[in-house]
Amino acid sequence: MSSVITSELVVANSWDIERIRADFPVLQQTVNGKPLIYLDNSASSQVPQVVIDRGSVYLEQEHSNIHRGVHYLSQKATTAYEGAREKVKRFINARDVRECIFVRGATEGINLVMHSYGRKFIGAGDEIIISAMEHHANIVPWQMLCEEKGAKLRVIPMNDAGELLLDEYDGLLNERTKLVAVMHVSNALGTINPIKDMIATAHKYGVPVLIDGAQAAPHMPIDMQDLDADFYVFSGHKMFAPTGSGIVYGKLELLEKMNPFQGGGDMIKTVTFEKTTYAEPPNRFEAGTPAIASQIGLGAAIDYLNSIGREAASAYEMELLRYATQKVSAIEGVRIIGTAKNKASVLSFVIDDIHPHDIGTILDQEGIAVRAGHHCAQPVMQRFKVPATARASFAFYNTKEEIDVLARTIERVIEIFS
Amino acid sequence: MSELSELYQQVILDHNKKPRNFRKLETANHSAEGFNPLCGDQLTIYLNLEDDTVKEVGFEGSGCAISKAAASMMTQAVKGKSKEEAESLFHEFHSMVTGELNEETEENSLGNLKIFAGVREFPVRVKCATLPWHTLHAALNKEVQVSTE
Repeated sequence: MSSVITSELVVANSWDIERIRADFPVLQQTVNGKPLIYLDNSASSQVPQVVIDRGSVYLEQEHSNIHRGVHYLSQKATTAYEGAREKVKRFINARDVRECIFVRGATEGINLVMHSYGRKFIGAGDEIIISAMEHHANIVPWQMLCEEKGAKLRVIPMNDAGELLLDEYDGLLNERTKLVAVMHVSNALGTINPIKDMIATAHKYGVPVLIDGAQAAPHMPIDMQDLDADFYVFSGHKMFAPTGSGIVYGKLELLEKMNPFQGGGDMIKTVTFEKTTYAEPPNRFEAGTPAIASQIGLGAAIDYLNSIGREAASAYEMELLRYATQKVSAIEGVRIIGTAKNKASVLSFVIDDIHPHDIGTILDQEGIAVRAGHHCAQPVMQRFKVPATARASFAFYNTKEEIDVLARTIERVIEIFS
Repeated sequence: MSELSELYQQVILDHNKKPRNFRKLETANHSAEGFNPLCGDQLTIYLNLEDDTVKEVGFEGSGCAISKAAASMMTQAVKGKSKEEAESLFHEFHSMVTGELNEETEENSLGNLKIFAGVREFPVRVKCATLPWHTLHAALNKEVQVSTE
């Protein structure tokens, strides 16, 4: 089969699912006597053996503090840590490795930009634009900043399918706009936002854009130079790396004029009791000893994603989404929340008169892990007039057979409550 | 699915579908709002308390089957009871669903509320069952809002 054939079907058929599943030890267990069916990947994804092994090697053979020891181990640790940064740089196609700042996750990343950029460059009467589908992590920090500075939060509305209204977005931009902060992919709806166009629109007004890429980085290639994002944040634990790893990408010219995030060791140039001068990016934003093992794990997860093929993984996930949407929406009484034309592998749904919590408990009895709740996106729930949804989110290690069990068990839920 | 059928017994499903005393009490002199920020369950308990006796009780809100049925059966259980008796039931109910009280071998006044014993096999659902009771406790003591997070 020639490599030029890239149709989803061909990719899906050629995807060696058994080999992929064998890479993930957690998937080999049973829950309540049933094989685990892990469909909560948007909340946190599983970790392949190679990433676990890389962490073990670090802890067994390399552990030490970074950037400060002349001794052998410190150099080993520093090389591994900075090596992971290089991998990130290539993974997101940043121009310069100094543009990649290690943080604990996307939430800390957004807070970093809020403190270091927002508090310096956003003031009274200024406006920040977010969207109606944001995760709380991309709402609350900006609300806090608005409250502190007397700035104003403006919200891009969306339609009933869960797609942002781009004309409205255009109308919100003006000379008072100082920042746009939107998500790449919605964790609650699955919508893939047209962020490249949205960034270009903001740039016409000279406005920088922060992208919350927590749900995009694990599932599709992301290219900082192509997108022209000013800031892009994501978490490692949603892309097959350990918790405590994550990235803020920022354009170097912006990072250079930003204030530090936290104060402490490693972020300084010189310290006297009279005055401290700060290190250059990225160290300026990485005070204290970081989560070295986790960030090295992120580097290993990037290697793993590259080894299985990101485009192929993405195509396989799209096929899972298509199959699951067809299966689940065919069940009477089930309504899909989030029906955008351009979606990632997230399936949020509600069932008439059955609360998502009850759905979640019954699915769990069959070994199926889904998220039931508001997905840290209460405004999305309010927009769709539901208290919560059940959400199945797929990764490249899930199978159509698992989706069959999901659909059968949803039917069983309806039966129990009938 | 035995633990599951223990949790979702017919009586619970019936109270979920047709909750009793599901109304705002216009004559209420005590009320409280309960909220579980983790899952979005929210309910309001209305009480008409006279001489420390629950004369009337009603509730409104939205939540899962467990929280709704627990609220419904709670209103039936506490109607006509003194404040002290209602608080004691809360204590017993709480102890039962957290596994501290064996409702079969230890003395208690839970009666048909024992049907919620199965909740203790589902630790994440304990808060669903106790939210109405925490809210009742708040209403009895004139607190305005409680949270079970």
